[in-house]
Amino acid sequence: MPRIVRTKVEFEGEVRERMAVVEEDHITPWGSGTPLRIVGRSYPRTGGVEVVTGKATYTADVQLPGMLYCRIMRSPHPHAEIASIDYVKAESMSGVRAVLCHANAPGIRWFGDSLLFDRILRYEGEEVAAVAADDEEIADGALSLIRVRYRELPFVVEAEEAMKPGAVQIHPGGNIVGGPDGEVYRRGNVREGFAKADLVVEERYETPAAVHNCLEPHCCVAMWAGDELVLWDSTQHVYGIRNEVAATLGLPLNKVRVISEFIGGGFGCKQGVGKHEIIAALLAKMTGRPVKLALSRRAENLAGGVRHPTIQYLKAGVRRDGTLMALQLRSIANIGAYGMGGSEVGGPIRELYRCPNVLTEQIAIHTNLGPATAFRAPGYMEGMYGLESMMDQIARGLGIDPLQFRLLNYAEKDPMRGVSYSSKHLDKAYRTGASIIGWESRPGGQNAGARRRGFGMASQVWGGGGGPPAYAIVRLNADGTADVLTGTQDIGTGTKTVLSQIAAEELGFKVEDVRVTIGDSRAGPYAPVSAGSMTVPSMGPAVRAAARSAREQLLNLAADLLRVLATELSVKEGKIKSTARPREVAVGEITGRIGDFMIIGQGARGPNPSDAKVRTFGAQFAEVEVDVETGDVTVLRVAAVHDFGRVINPLTLGNQVEGGIVQGTGFALMEERIVDSPTGKALNANLEAYKVPTMLDVPSIESHPIDLPDEICNSIGAKGAGEPPIIPTAPAIANAVFDATGIRIRSLPITRDKLLEEIRRNAAF
Amino acid sequence: MSRSIPSVRALAVRKRGPGKVTLRLQVNGEEYAVLAEPRRTLLDVLRKDLGLTGAKKVCDRGHCGACTVLVDGIPIYSCLKLAIECEGKRIETIEGLSFPDGLHPLQKAFIEHDAFQCGFCTPGQIMSLKALFDRNPHPSADEIRSAVAGNLCRCGAYAKILRAAQAVSEAHAKG
Ligand code: FES
Ligand code: FES
Repeated sequence: MPRIVRTKVEFEGEVRERMAVVEEDHITPWGSGTPLRIVGRSYPRTGGVEVVTGKATYTADVQLPGMLYCRIMRSPHPHAEIASIDYVKAESMSGVRAVLCHANAPGIRWFGDSLLFDRILRYEGEEVAAVAADDEEIADGALSLIRVRYRELPFVVEAEEAMKPGAVQIHPGGNIVGGPDGEVYRRGNVREGFAKADLVVEERYETPAAVHNCLEPHCCVAMWAGDELVLWDSTQHVYGIRNEVAATLGLPLNKVRVISEFIGGGFGCKQGVGKHEIIAALLAKMTGRPVKLALSRRAENLAGGVRHPTIQYLKAGVRRDGTLMALQLRSIANIGAYGMGGSEVGGPIRELYRCPNVLTEQIAIHTNLGPATAFRAPGYMEGMYGLESMMDQIARGLGIDPLQFRLLNYAEKDPMRGVSYSSKHLDKAYRTGASIIGWESRPGGQNAGARRRGFGMASQVWGGGGGPPAYAIVRLNADGTADVLTGTQDIGTGTKTVLSQIAAEELGFKVEDVRVTIGDSRAGPYAPVSAGSMTVPSMGPAVRAAARSAREQLLNLAADLLRVLATELSVKEGKIKSTARPREVAVGEITGRIGDFMIIGQGARGPNPSDAKVRTFGAQFAEVEVDVETGDVTVLRVAAVHDFGRVINPLTLGNQVEGGIVQGTGFALMEERIVDSPTGKALNANLEAYKVPTMLDVPSIESHPIDLPDEICNSIGAKGAGEPPIIPTAPAIANAVFDATGIRIRSLPITRDKLLEEIRRNAAF
Repeated sequence: MSRSIPSVRALAVRKRGPGKVTLRLQVNGEEYAVLAEPRRTLLDVLRKDLGLTGAKKVCDRGHCGACTVLVDGIPIYSCLKLAIECEGKRIETIEGLSFPDGLHPLQKAFIEHDAFQCGFCTPGQIMSLKALFDRNPHPSADEIRSAVAGNLCRCGAYAKILRAAQAVSEAHAKG
């Protein structure tokens, strides 16, 4: 029976209380003693054959008869007003089917008071006009015929400049989001804490604007079928897009269908609706033809979202014995013209260590830059770099081993609410990681010579507990196969594979007899956004509940047909066994008997535990080599030990961990979108000058997940693994660079020029 | 990755266009006649005119490798090559790899070793490796690394790509 409960759901560091309708009866969680045949084993990816043969259809590959191509004209200025726009020539060009710009577009509200096509352009790359044409070459030609006169406006791209009184205002409400101190969290009294400390350290850290640069750009194909809109979309949330597009266009929810089967990466920038989906839908309506809109790589870098750069003023006070007395952070996030707000940069400061006095102020600032969006572990990754750099510095200052220092300040309970964790094995992660990398036997101290080795470590804390609402349906077919239907998506994490394992486990079927259909808002029930490391811990229990319902129905039916008690029956490897009789019956024999009468199981994710905090934890250890003559940093090894609760599929999980470390290495050493302050323009909006790691940049990675089920967090005992691995990589590398050279770089990425500059200034070299 | 230089043969073809012209291309062993503008890249012709969407468009300017196909056995960024330059040459795409007799060993190894996440870079990675294995069935780890050094994987599946290719190399070594 459905019932309504209140439950806390954490998303990217923010905890929200929600009313939830839940249908899940309590299901006993799979504990450490539960014998499981399929969950916990490596299975190759569902859909692998499509991927390796090039047959997987991503949104970028969708081609429909009569389809038009849309290209976007973008602002060349960081801040300007459109004085006039003349698109007559473009519109009359042969092969051009429609042009949209502020002069003819419907006045759709977009952000605050601004419109979808606004007269005021607030960043370089903002949409000025859109052309739909028979082909891309024609659309590009038409764009070049549009004449725009811009009135350039003063602009500001640096967050600390934009905070000053008298700075250029980007929106009428001012540039500072919320109050002057932003979002404030306080516990204890930091002033008293610092007074009691023997050592107080204050530093400024900076993190760069990192661009997701998913290989598949933001991309959609919009097609109207009568008064219904079908949207193929490269998105992390088909239901979210359905809801937002319907609301924006004034359509009933059941007249919008969003499809996203294969997605070429998301990393946070494809969570919500962008202008491109609305523009494509409008153009498709105007022309009566399907319209495809893919962002160019340059647009992707200017307008596709970015990890907001941060400036962090961090202050820490410790006693001589290593006890943390107070932590204070003031973080300033540059969220661009249309960023929704800052992320939880203070998260690690608030919750990683047992520290009685904490104050965090998270400030978000509008500037004339493209919109900031979530990017894998938003906020925590940036905050962890500052915090763990400082912890390393303090430990060394006190003459305490950095690992020992962390154990001294270990939080047994959640420092924010004082509640217990559903499970926490960070201490084990520290010990295991230390032994893999050889922490105790590391040489220590800076060696002489051109190439210097060093070791560093850092911790990770993050959510990943997931929660309701999340639904699934399991249908059994006459031949004994099963269909799992849910509106979730697989952005490369292996969702489909993992859900098929969970369904097969609970059903007692073989994995190959279970097919999972996702990525279509019409095919499956509601599922949450594939973000916040919440897919597995939200969808897994929902699928398990649906599979359990189907299995129970199947066994009741079998009991009737076989004239035995249902309680005597069980299913294993697609065979129904009875404790009373020796004969096994294939599932298909039972379902075949009822033919097209279907067994349909429904499942929903239950509420989260109310009295425990659900968190993922981990630690990474890095060994680097620094060439002090060239400033080159080579990451040789990373040992990663994370606690995600139960591991469902070691193979795909390992890939997630390695991928996080690769991206974390990029963030530490090379990734940065560079904007020229005097002109307000990006200098490296492409994949050549914006550096992402290649095969030649990756360290050797040893990942040892803790793999202990969390029996409190949900019925499958697993937490999310998407984001945790990226969090500690950069500080572990930065600390290792210090260990190697005695140089601490407090502004990422640690590039050659920054290192060489410090080396030049340092007399020790 | 080696980049191919426009061959003399292709340049010698008599000037055609502007407007659409018939291009004769040999793709995966099949002959195609395509009506396309001479300025159209090989990548666009493959994807849009032939419906072979395995090669991906990511940067459209030679920065990423997702569009890698083989022309006369040499891996090229097909976004940097005009289709008209490829007349009379042997073009191989990911779609030709698995046909007609099951999966190529590299494809099998990619699945078995989970050498991808989102899979968007995968066709390019496999084609770069195929070119390597065609000329050197038993490459070293460094040779593998340099063969795909021009193929970005934003998901960071590099360790598993390397492992998959090494497995194929080792299988060849064993014979
Ligand atoms: S699309 Fe050709 S190299 Fe990127
Ligand atoms: S698997 Fe996603 S880019 Fe390589």
